[in-house]
Amino acid sequence: MTEAPMTMPNPSLPAEAEIVERIQESGSIYTLRLRMTDQARHAAYTFAPGQFNMVYLQGIGEVPISIVSDPEDDTVLDHTIRAVGRVTRGLEQLGAGQRVGIRGPFGRGWPLDQACGRDVVLITGGLGCAPLVSVINYVVKRRERFGRLVILQGVKHTDDLIWHERYMAWAKLPDTQVLLAADIAGQGWPHHVGLVTELIDRARFDRDNAIAMMCGPERMMQACAEALLARNMATENLWLSMERNMHCGVGHCGHCQLGPHFVCRDGPVFNYTELAPLLGVRGF
Amino acid sequence: MGKSHRVLASHALDTLLAALRDDGYRCVGPQLRDGAIVFDTLHHAADLPWGWQDEQAPGHYRLQHADPSRAFAWANGPQAIKPLTFAPRETLWESRIEADGRMQFTATLPAEEKVAVIGARACDLAALRLQDQHFLEGAHADPYYAARRRNLFIVAVHCTAPAATCFCASTGDGPLCTAGFDLALHETDEGYLVDAGSEAGTAMIASLSLPAATATRVEQAETAVAAAGERQTRGLPSRNLRDLLFANLDHPQWDDVAARCLSCGNCTAVCPTCFCHAEHDVPLLDANLGRHEREWDSCFTEGHSYLAGIVIRSDTRLRYRQWLTHKLGGWHDQYGRSGCTGCGRCITWCPVGIDLTEEVARIHATGGGHD
Repeated sequence: MTEAPMTMPNPSLPAEAEIVERIQESGSIYTLRLRMTDQARHAAYTFAPGQFNMVYLQGIGEVPISIVSDPEDDTVLDHTIRAVGRVTRGLEQLGAGQRVGIRGPFGRGWPLDQACGRDVVLITGGLGCAPLVSVINYVVKRRERFGRLVILQGVKHTDDLIWHERYMAWAKLPDTQVLLAADIAGQGWPHHVGLVTELIDRARFDRDNAIAMMCGPERMMQACAEALLARNMATENLWLSMERNMHCGVGHCGHCQLGPHFVCRDGPVFNYTELAPLLGVRGF
Repeated sequence: MGKSHRVLASHALDTLLAALRDDGYRCVGPQLRDGAIVFDTLHHAADLPWGWQDEQAPGHYRLQHADPSRAFAWANGPQAIKPLTFAPRETLWESRIEADGRMQFTATLPAEEKVAVIGARACDLAALRLQDQHFLEGAHADPYYAARRRNLFIVAVHCTAPAATCFCASTGDGPLCTAGFDLALHETDEGYLVDAGSEAGTAMIASLSLPAATATRVEQAETAVAAAGERQTRGLPSRNLRDLLFANLDHPQWDDVAARCLSCGNCTAVCPTCFCHAEHDVPLLDANLGRHEREWDSCFTEGHSYLAGIVIRSDTRLRYRQWLTHKLGGWHDQYGRSGCTGCGRCITWCPVGIDLTEEVARIHATGGGHD
């Protein structure tokens, strides 16, 4: 049959990475700050906000984790993780100096090029804020390229909110609005009590020249998308980051399929129009 | 290439096997085992299933005696090419934590082994084409699949004995092999007619110094294959059922089939296009060592749609609907055509005899399908 190069790239093979720092963000959420030990490989690594790596814990397995650091930070790759499964609970036990495997970046990131010159509305729920923190940092560092920055973040309980100081710092930036919500408010919670969708009416942005990016539970994203559409935003300006079971990261293993889409490869960031027919349909 | 058939006498099949072996190929071909036709290393033409044919029906597979002068008078067995290119289970890489804490990864790519598969059918070739698209033609080609694929030589045999479960004529994939082979054989009463479909196939024919076949013999053979297509009784109402199925996600037929389906995954295991696989680490006694494997998986398992504590397809109705809407729907978006090549294996090897053509027909009849 046809000749093929004997040394083709192997998207399944991880590279060794060192944990430069481990940061406890909340009771169950931590950030692993990683650097590939092969310096040339680390230097050559580039990613777009919204893309993810497969992070490997020896003997247990791999998990897809979005990259939350700035794409132009060439020193470390930050991965913010909630300990929920076998791999993420195992990774939680590791500390600075220990090694993991990473491979990536995979998937399609946020449409930052389309956000240029427009109001950027970011709506997140729970740890869904992580895949959009890199977008916030990206916009903040290049403030002149974008219009207003509107950040809406909702959590179930105030204890689940990470990066509170960062939100407060972003709130002080010009042309920036930060609104936080918690379903269950702890003592002294100065923000909204309720759902993140309820914040949309308080968000100030030009609906005709805005792009909305959402990440969080699907029902939350669906409700937010409907609220934005009710405010006459165009469907093509709504973007959602989806989550599905992923083993390979390159659209081969089949687990992440959502109708015709391979979430790992065609997403995880999708335009609302691509998802609309199956969004919220049980079983997809 | 093509339409320059040569004659290979029945007793000369061993000559072909020997020539392939001389070229470094391990020959793999159909043989009788455990009451079925299975593909394994083929040493002699005598080991082919001479004089056997398969009787297939929903949930039913039996071999019967037939014309002893025929080695390919059967439709298919549970597997053909897929396990040769997409390994049912394989190690992707091994890792090791050194004494100083460093971690090393070693890819475990398959050894380069030339394999010649004899007896592939048109449905298998169409399925291989789809697997090639899936594993090789995206942004990330799979080097494990590629290593096996590039060493594969295919000797197809046009099908003249479709089973009752076959519907390749309906999907447009057979029974005549039209592309994707190195050699294709017609089995006739007076031996074989060989045609090449690649440069390697042309070279192989040239090395055997075979006499040319007359146009009449080729025409007779092709007529027999066309007749085999006409004998097929099953079919799908359209080659593109994407819109019909996605418009009927709440059709009562999904509940009906879910009441019968065991969610065992046999259909996905025998399907020549199903590509799902799971990756997992193998527990090793030495905790400093890691072994990462992949293994065929099925959308009928609970784990397939597991996501952070929830299962997206928690019941059989959702799993069967996933399998059928993907196979006959989603594939059109992914690879430009249906993911079904009409081999009928999912019908035969379903332990409760679920027939996807029947399920589709019921949705088509009551769910707004058009002829």
